[in-house]
Amino acid sequence: MSEILGLFNYWVFVLLMVIGFYAVIAKPNLIKKLLGLSIFQAAVFLLFISMGKVDGGTAPIIQNGNWDAVFSNPLPQVLILTAIVVGISTLALGLAIVVRIKEAYGTIEEIDAIASGEATQLQQDSGESKQ
Amino acid sequence: MIELFGVFLLALAVITAIGVVQARNLFAGVMLMGIFSLLMAATFFLLDAADVALTEAAVGAGISTVLMLSALALSGAEEKARSRSRILALIVVTVTAATVIYATFEKPRLGDPNAPVQQHVAPWYFDMTQEAIEIPNVVTAVLSSFRGYDTLGEVIVVFTAGIGVLFLIGAAAPKGRASPSQGDLPVGLKHHQPIRVVGKLAIPFILLFAFYVQFHGEYSPGGGFQAGALFAAAIILYGMLEGEATALSIIPAPVLFAMSAGGALLFGGVGVVCMLLGGNFLQYDVLLAGSPVGAQQMGIIAIELGVGITVAGTLLSIFFAFATRDQS
Repeated sequence: MSEILGLFNYWVFVLLMVIGFYAVIAKPNLIKKLLGLSIFQAAVFLLFISMGKVDGGTAPIIQNGNWDAVFSNPLPQVLILTAIVVGISTLALGLAIVVRIKEAYGTIEEIDAIASGEATQLQQDSGESKQ
Repeated sequence: MIELFGVFLLALAVITAIGVVQARNLFAGVMLMGIFSLLMAATFFLLDAADVALTEAAVGAGISTVLMLSALALSGAEEKARSRSRILALIVVTVTAATVIYATFEKPRLGDPNAPVQQHVAPWYFDMTQEAIEIPNVVTAVLSSFRGYDTLGEVIVVFTAGIGVLFLIGAAAPKGRASPSQGDLPVGLKHHQPIRVVGKLAIPFILLFAFYVQFHGEYSPGGGFQAGALFAAAIILYGMLEGEATALSIIPAPVLFAMSAGGALLFGGVGVVCMLLGGNFLQYDVLLAGSPVGAQQMGIIAIELGVGITVAGTLLSIFFAFATRDQS
């Protein structure tokens, strides 16, 4: 039982990671891809935080000057804390690019956008050949 | 018992994640994503990561959902149905999952105090925090003092992403869309009286909590990142209730840009002051003559303030850039 519980968090990390990965590679919708990327990212957060947990430990905040209690590892928490805020910034950047793609091509579906881009290219080429 | 609760939360998180990917309606997907973030925040709290839980709840469940929704308003909320076969993607994903699960069998079990990750620097951080910084929240000590370079880098990344968004979809227009000519159109949630009253009641408390988290971050979970996100959340709530133009008249766009840049500048400036006083970059010990511990605490408060200002300014600039963009 403890064997299974001891690895459960890592298996959930794998599941969440591949769910996000699947959305990124299989879904043509660009917003859906970004959602998948966020799930992928949350999975990595879970991996780091799970690794820092110590049995019987508590959050690494010293109470009443008692430095001898068992604490979980603060370092993964620091890394993930900043990664979450950086994650939202990159997500916002991705969303801004999606909004611009929507305005330029009229769609946020990957394949339609590529097709629309190729059609524009063809029009330009034929216009140039007529001249 | 608490382990079973953690298992339950993680199982719910997996189900929610599948729901996010499968939802055809992107609006539903984004709302499910908010729930997913909240479940992750609860899980982090169970895993002793109080600071991370606070950040995930404020940023992941709050701000990220709002940004997604404002992007959906500009890009359309329906995903097209596709009949394309996804067998190749499924194979790739299954192989990846099988490989990584195989690798997990080698990992130390959850909570093992003898795992390699617990042996290396963590005990050193505890000893040095006790000796040189003397603040109770070791996470804050590591974040702002021992790994100050990292944090400065992250702040610059946030600042750069904010600049990128503004370049892509433009700075928020100072006048906004709410010109008097369209006075009959609903601006924000002005016509929803109960939401407006309750929401406005909440704003001062969110702001107060943001400042508490900012300045009490050395003693309790919190710090600049969380406080900046909470501050931004309060202003975003006001913008949603009263319309973006009204919110922008309280905090004009130039002030937001100055906050984004000024916070990062304050952080870097503390580092430069340390150098001028004869120390290394971000070596706070030299800030206060004769009291290295007090100097460390002073430096931490100053750079946490810089972090908070940059995060709040950048998140708000990003939100207003999305919210005031013309939907034509």
